[in-house]
Amino acid sequence: MQRSILSRRISVLFASPAFIFIALFLIYPFVSIIFISMTNRTLVGATAQNPDFVGLDNYIRLFEPSRWMNRGEMGFSLYITVQFVIGSALIGQAGLGLLIATLFQRRKGFIRELVFSLAVAVWIAPDVVVAFAWFAFLDPFDGTLNAILGALGLGQPDWLLKYPLLSIIFFNTWRGTAFSMLLFSSALSSIPPSYMETADVVGASTLQKLRDILLPLLRPYIATDLILITLWTFNTFTPFLLTGGGPAYRTELLSIYTYRTGLQFFEIGKGSAIAVIVMLINLVLASVYLISLRSRPLEQPSD
Amino acid sequence: MTLILENVHKAFGAVKAVNGFNLSVADGEFIALLGPSGCGKTTTLRIIAGLETLDEGRVVIAGKDVTELPPRDRDIAMVFQDYALYPHMSITDNIGYPLKVRGVSKADRDSRVAAVAGNLQIGNLLERRPSQLSGGQQQRVAVARAVVHHAQVFLFDEPLSNLDAKLRLEARAFLKHLQREVGITSIYVTHDQAEAMALADRIVVMQSGEIMQVGSPLEIYRRPANTFVASFIGNPPMNLLQCTVDTGQSIIQFAEELAIIRLPENSHNTIMNVKPHEQVTLGIRPEYISIRAEPSATTIPGKLYVIQNLGGEILVIARFGEQLLSIRMFQEETPELPEQVWLDLDFDHVFFYGANGQLLQ
Ligand SMILES: Nc1ncnc2c1ncn2[C@@H]1O[C@H](COP(=O)(O)OP(=O)(O)OP(=O)(O)O)[C@@H](O)[C@H]1O
Ligand SMILES: [Mg+2]
Repeated sequence: MQRSILSRRISVLFASPAFIFIALFLIYPFVSIIFISMTNRTLVGATAQNPDFVGLDNYIRLFEPSRWMNRGEMGFSLYITVQFVIGSALIGQAGLGLLIATLFQRRKGFIRELVFSLAVAVWIAPDVVVAFAWFAFLDPFDGTLNAILGALGLGQPDWLLKYPLLSIIFFNTWRGTAFSMLLFSSALSSIPPSYMETADVVGASTLQKLRDILLPLLRPYIATDLILITLWTFNTFTPFLLTGGGPAYRTELLSIYTYRTGLQFFEIGKGSAIAVIVMLINLVLASVYLISLRSRPLEQPSD
Repeated sequence: MTLILENVHKAFGAVKAVNGFNLSVADGEFIALLGPSGCGKTTTLRIIAGLETLDEGRVVIAGKDVTELPPRDRDIAMVFQDYALYPHMSITDNIGYPLKVRGVSKADRDSRVAAVAGNLQIGNLLERRPSQLSGGQQQRVAVARAVVHHAQVFLFDEPLSNLDAKLRLEARAFLKHLQREVGITSIYVTHDQAEAMALADRIVVMQSGEIMQVGSPLEIYRRPANTFVASFIGNPPMNLLQCTVDTGQSIIQFAEELAIIRLPENSHNTIMNVKPHEQVTLGIRPEYISIRAEPSATTIPGKLYVIQNLGGEILVIARFGEQLLSIRMFQEETPELPEQVWLDLDFDHVFFYGANGQLLQ
């Protein structure tokens, strides 16, 4: 056992403000939301003051098989969210981030600086600013994208109406790639150059280098990145600013569904039930993350 | 395969790492690159491997100009100075990687890996990971990975620097034997002169990116072409003394201290190439100085400084003016010497170097 730097008593003392905060702002709401999800509480009206205990009614309504996959229902929203996460987080952000990081590995110069600076700027810009920028970009008549497409003699669709899910997938990829890019970039620069050079000298092809050396060495970083951006993307609400969840629920992510049920339709009880389910999904994802970090098998798949 | 480096130049910013390097290596030859730290040895190897682009010059392997070819098309094997073992692979997989890349079957790979590993005494470590090995063990794994596949050219960057004396001798013998057996052209970088002497057919002595001398170990040792090589090769290296020569009267006058040597009749040829009263440097190896009790025409005065018994040979350090001279005596007993000694120079083994440091010949 390694000795820790602080004695136990001091550590407890230092950690106690954090524990109190966590208890106050995380555990209390979490427990209370589970409780609320078992009532018929609403935001206004008679049940706002005196909600009745309804047991698992809210959950049963959410999972009602006949309506589960209808538009504006839980299953449909989950389906949209999964597509959104796979498209914008796993393929978009992680894939593009890895690609950019690899392309600019051990290179310096203006183009690298430009790409990195722009990506980070986009990543840290406020939601509202970013949403407005995309409105301007995607506007069917005056938008930049359609101006470009028009100049090229291509079609000029109303993107947010015709391809709403694709639009927010692109939007979120663009918005969040910086994180994966930075993470992979620093992971790559931690690999000694002689690893790749040895592979070069030995005669490995690009594909072999990628499969035998780069990917195995990057694996822990890839796992960290995937799970973090999955969690973030799963919970993001920003696309609401672009589409409001529409048209016709076609971009209604779970976060937006929760919001609509709880705070637009004022069904706090049902909204809480959705929130509890979302939290459980997050819990599973986070556990996968923690487990994958703890057991970091360095086994090379041998043939 | 033959290897030719033609007028190779490589600079990193203002640093000329390799400056006008010309070398022609015969098929199966073992070349040692020897020189102080930072003289461009690693850079030269990386140029041969294709890991550095040239500023100028050509690299030709087996008659084919490979200057523009990437490393993977050159069929070379290299041991890197930092070993570059893959942390995520077992030792077996590390050593076998060059074979795997070439599509050799798993069974074939494993038997060849086991054979090489046995020769380098790492056969019992094959299941481990690089992080579980000592530095010397890692180094031998790197060597094993390089020689498991018989490439056209072997490049070794100080491959045995981390081994203890005994292991180093054994690994050295294995490399020499292997190289003889398979006859693969090898370039071997080392700091260790003894290693260069023991292994190489020819030694290339470098300084500041330039070749100082190329020759067989014996040539380099016997006839250093300039004062740099003279002061670099040999342990201890050659004694160098500033002096002027009166060629007419065969008298050598030393700058250090008022000392004059009158050359013996039969050794006038050694000063044939020295111009009268030119400032020159006299070079003599420690083993060609003997210690006398009485002065003579070919002695210079010395004050005893220290005597070291190296086991089988004695190293005497004596002060001549401000300078320390080494004298080597081949005997086992530590001699009893007086404070004041007379150092007798053997003029059959004396060299003169001009003001530019080059051998006068
Ligand atoms: N990538 C680089 N960028 C800048 N300078 C470099 C680079 N690589 C080498 N140099 C410089 O070039 C010179 C030669 O370096 P090199 O590595 O070839 O020396 P070396 O003879 O192998 O030294 P050592 O015996 O210490 O390994 C040194 O002055 C070094 O600082
Ligand atoms: Mg070096």
